[in-house]
Amino acid sequence: MARVLINVPPKVRRGEPFQVKTLINHVMEPGFRPGPDGKTIPRDIITSMTCKYNGEEVFRADLYPATAANPFITFFTIATESGKLEFAWTGDNGFAETATAAITVE
Amino acid sequence: MTDITNASRRDVLLGAGAAGAALLLTLRPLAASPESMDAAIRKLTGGAKITEGRIKLDIPPLVENGNTVAMSVTVDSPMTAANHVEAIHIFNERNPQPYVMAFHLGPRAGKADISARIRLSDSQNVVAIARMSDGTFWSHTVSVIVTLAACLEAVSN
Amino acid sequence: MNVRGKAKLLAALGVAACAIAPLRAADIPLDQRKSGYDMMSPDTRAMQDDDTANPATFSVLDGAALWERKDGAAQKSCADCHGDGETAMKGVAARYPAFDTKRNRAVDLAARVNICRTDHQKASPFPAEDKDLVALAAYIGRQSRGMPISPPENMQAVIAQGREIYERRQGQLNLSCAQCHDDNWGRKLAGSVVPQAHPTGYPLYRLEWQAVGSLQRRLRNCMIGIRAAAYDPGSPESIALEAFLMWRARGMKVETPAVRP
Repeated sequence: MARVLINVPPKVRRGEPFQVKTLINHVMEPGFRPGPDGKTIPRDIITSMTCKYNGEEVFRADLYPATAANPFITFFTIATESGKLEFAWTGDNGFAETATAAITVE
Repeated sequence: MTDITNASRRDVLLGAGAAGAALLLTLRPLAASPESMDAAIRKLTGGAKITEGRIKLDIPPLVENGNTVAMSVTVDSPMTAANHVEAIHIFNERNPQPYVMAFHLGPRAGKADISARIRLSDSQNVVAIARMSDGTFWSHTVSVIVTLAACLEAVSN
Repeated sequence: MNVRGKAKLLAALGVAACAIAPLRAADIPLDQRKSGYDMMSPDTRAMQDDDTANPATFSVLDGAALWERKDGAAQKSCADCHGDGETAMKGVAARYPAFDTKRNRAVDLAARVNICRTDHQKASPFPAEDKDLVALAAYIGRQSRGMPISPPENMQAVIAQGREIYERRQGQLNLSCAQCHDDNWGRKLAGSVVPQAHPTGYPLYRLEWQAVGSLQRRLRNCMIGIRAAAYDPGSPESIALEAFLMWRARGMKVETPAVRP
């Protein structure tokens, strides 16, 4: 089932920063809420997101329980050359998800 | 929740990994407070001076729902190899724990302009701190009012 | 005869009352109706405006995948009978709830999907608020986005029943839906703006739920909010209320999948 949505401009100008928008489907259970039985629902969150541009890390985010469900993060990166952005999310309970987005530099 | 927590014990728990996390769940729920937020900030800066300015935290003063609060943060910086933002850390005063998110940048960012959605469990101050490549720290504090939705589901969620 | 009695009589006569039933004094005039979208903060509107920022998009994508999935003893998919979902389902959600003449009762979109599952796929019906059912409703609803809500002509008796529920004082707070949403829309209740309550965008991502849910789930929140017993999901009362709310929003544009606080 669909887990990730990435939004990058279709073409980017060499040397200029462009905005990257990322959205991932995840409940981000904070680990503080009581369930219907009164027991605390255990924490289950994404803890890290990284973005590599043609193999080099250009952005990293640390996520905590205070990050909203379905984490939406946007950032900028400079258009160096055409290639791809590779995203990786890791989290509790062995959570791991990846995605790629093609970058066309003109 | 208005527990005043022991900041040094919290540091040990945060550093203890999986075993620490399990221990955390069996204790009474922790809550952040202005003091524990200050302690978390001090842990980041090592006690170095923090100057207000250069970083701007944008959060609506009255949020529609604390579950999803739009937040954006920008830093006035040329983002060159010699002079750039290395990291932006967001803290809060009254959620169960003081960390919100942290972003690691560098000269390849081009612009220090990040947005995300966060959770705020109560009306409180939210603090954004930028660590620059020259080792200096800059901050901006915003006061936010959080109300509950008027019509809720019962019990679960 | 008073205004309400006259409307009921017209409904009972089965007359297409849309054009000639007099508006109650408290009905919002058609040209003053506003979607909840207009009453949200710019940030929440931005979430709805951008499909790649709207968590409900995941539900729509899941629904598109489910549309192709073979299921039940008949091992058929929705696509096997209906063909391409985007063409076949265009405008459908805008015309629901509808009257099922074979079963002689009103059905909402979720009930209609379940009828297809049991009758044609020979599969068990989805339970209320099931994630897959909501995803299918989101996918189907998305195909009506931008189109005007158009209740069918033969729903007048059901709509009248829904109006009666909408106007009735209920629960421990003894409030009717009309008292907040017709008489006090735009004012604040506990820091939140009271919307006019037009179901233009269901299923939608509610910030309060941090999930996508149906109109029936939202109505449950409302009923609990006034400390009244909520109607069972899929019950005739809940469908009648849904039908009235959609008629009340007739002509307004479908926004599915919307975002709301």
